[in-house]
Amino acid sequence: MKLYSTFSEFRADLQSGKVTCEGYVTDLLKEIKNQQDLNCYLETFDESALDQARKADAKLKAGQAGKLAGMVIAIKDVINIKGKKVSCASKILENFTSVYHATVIEKLLAEDAILIGRTNMDEFAMGSSNENSAFGPVRNPVDKTRVPGGSSGGSAVAVAAKLAMTSLGSDTGGSIRFPAALCGVTGMKPTYGRVSRYGLVAYASSFDQIGPFANSVSDLALVMEVISGHDEKDSTSSPKPVEPFGQGLGNSISSLKFGIPKQYLGDGLQPEVREKLTAAAGYLKSLGCQVTEVELPHTEYCIATYYILTTAEASSNLARYDGVRYSFRSKDPVTLNDMYVRSRSEGFGAEVKRRIMLGTYVLSAGYYDAYYTKAQKVRRLIREDFTKAFDQVDVLLTPTSPSPAFKIGEKTTNPLEMYLSDIYTVSANLAGIPGISVPAGTASDGLPVGVQLLGKHFDEQTLLNAAYHIEKANLK
Amino acid sequence: MAVTPKDVDYIAALAHLKFGEAEKAAMVTDMNNILSYMEKLNELNTDQVDPLTAITDAENVLRPDEPKTMLQNEDALSNAPSKIGPFFRVPKVIDQL
Repeated sequence: MKLYSTFSEFRADLQSGKVTCEGYVTDLLKEIKNQQDLNCYLETFDESALDQARKADAKLKAGQAGKLAGMVIAIKDVINIKGKKVSCASKILENFTSVYHATVIEKLLAEDAILIGRTNMDEFAMGSSNENSAFGPVRNPVDKTRVPGGSSGGSAVAVAAKLAMTSLGSDTGGSIRFPAALCGVTGMKPTYGRVSRYGLVAYASSFDQIGPFANSVSDLALVMEVISGHDEKDSTSSPKPVEPFGQGLGNSISSLKFGIPKQYLGDGLQPEVREKLTAAAGYLKSLGCQVTEVELPHTEYCIATYYILTTAEASSNLARYDGVRYSFRSKDPVTLNDMYVRSRSEGFGAEVKRRIMLGTYVLSAGYYDAYYTKAQKVRRLIREDFTKAFDQVDVLLTPTSPSPAFKIGEKTTNPLEMYLSDIYTVSANLAGIPGISVPAGTASDGLPVGVQLLGKHFDEQTLLNAAYHIEKANLK
Repeated sequence: MAVTPKDVDYIAALAHLKFGEAEKAAMVTDMNNILSYMEKLNELNTDQVDPLTAITDAENVLRPDEPKTMLQNEDALSNAPSKIGPFFRVPKVIDQL
């Protein structure tokens, strides 16, 4: 069967009558089962997806179809879809069935998208390799002995393996951009407040954003256009108008100024990744763009700041899993407290417990100011670094990951080493700015390498357009 | 300020978690490694810096206080591990008071 990597390709074949939504979804569901070893889907929504496909076919025929009619989308298992399980790849929510739609789901369905299944991830979005899932690791389709990156590994792999045209993930410190880079697809973390978080299971509420993965920047822009916008159910969502992002692609970028942060070129960066970054910069220069070096002086403090604040927020957010209203309850609890403690200790995985412990520690009496308040202060300094950089340039160009995909099991024994994988991505969440990872060729062993573009608050349009040009360059 | 097994017990109690001996030993090591890395922030003088507590510029986001359809009782209870009538059911708590 022909697997479609992009929506535009699929729409062209739909229009010429070569394929129907129903026919394609039927075949695709079989193909997903054939490729179960990737472990990217926790569940496929066979019945409802086929139903949505038939509706899309009928609407297309009647000329009443929404913007996404026929787009097959996979959803990270952290976003609520009414009537479907949402488990956050955790034992503690293994049997939880959602009772409402997240706002992004309402928006996708209103445009006639087809929701094909829910994707595997690091438990509660905590991880950089997708090895923390209670339901097994996800494998990188380029090399199955390697990780796809995390935490939205399943969503990245579904798109990379053409088992969905696009997907949604969530990004708290790089969980969309990092796996996008490692799997050779594009992924975007929108500005904090651009996309409603209503119905996204919370990890660290002042960092979390939902965003898309795609095989093309134009698909990415289209999904962004649909899911963005104010939502009265999320008071942190912005009332700023949403541009038709897709229409802005292709405009000349020769007047744009790009900055490469000097501090992102340090020791940890693998030479081959650096070469790809240099090649991308060279291409931008060939278009007439200015590319200069800029300073982000507090870069070396980002990881520490990030892990103090996100574990603190997580320890608070995850307090709700107590076995009372939903989630796993331990057998035969003796007292209420015994029920809380055993349900949580048996239900959460090791990394989630580690982060709850760290977060509880940094918020506890005597340590609150030394860790938590201190990190909030440094967060301001980090955000100011970006404000200053964006006085000089329009877009920052950086590596997405210090190296291509590493081996499954390579970093699991040392949590701190795993945390350091996020070095180039956490800063965008600390500052609340948008970021995108776009493929920039492959390393000598064939593994994909991505470059990251970071932009000003709510300047997704410029980022998408710059990414569109880099995609067009088809860097090797 | 090194984290001891006793600290782990105290923090675990606050977080409603419990660890076996091996898990506890690993937690002591991991927490010490990670927290000592976090102490890197002390290199910075932040006396004159205000904590950043909200990441958007929005302030006092208000909306009209209008009644709307909420989650129905049946739906709210649909994932309950144990329930009785319209209520969630938990082990007896009176003795603990």
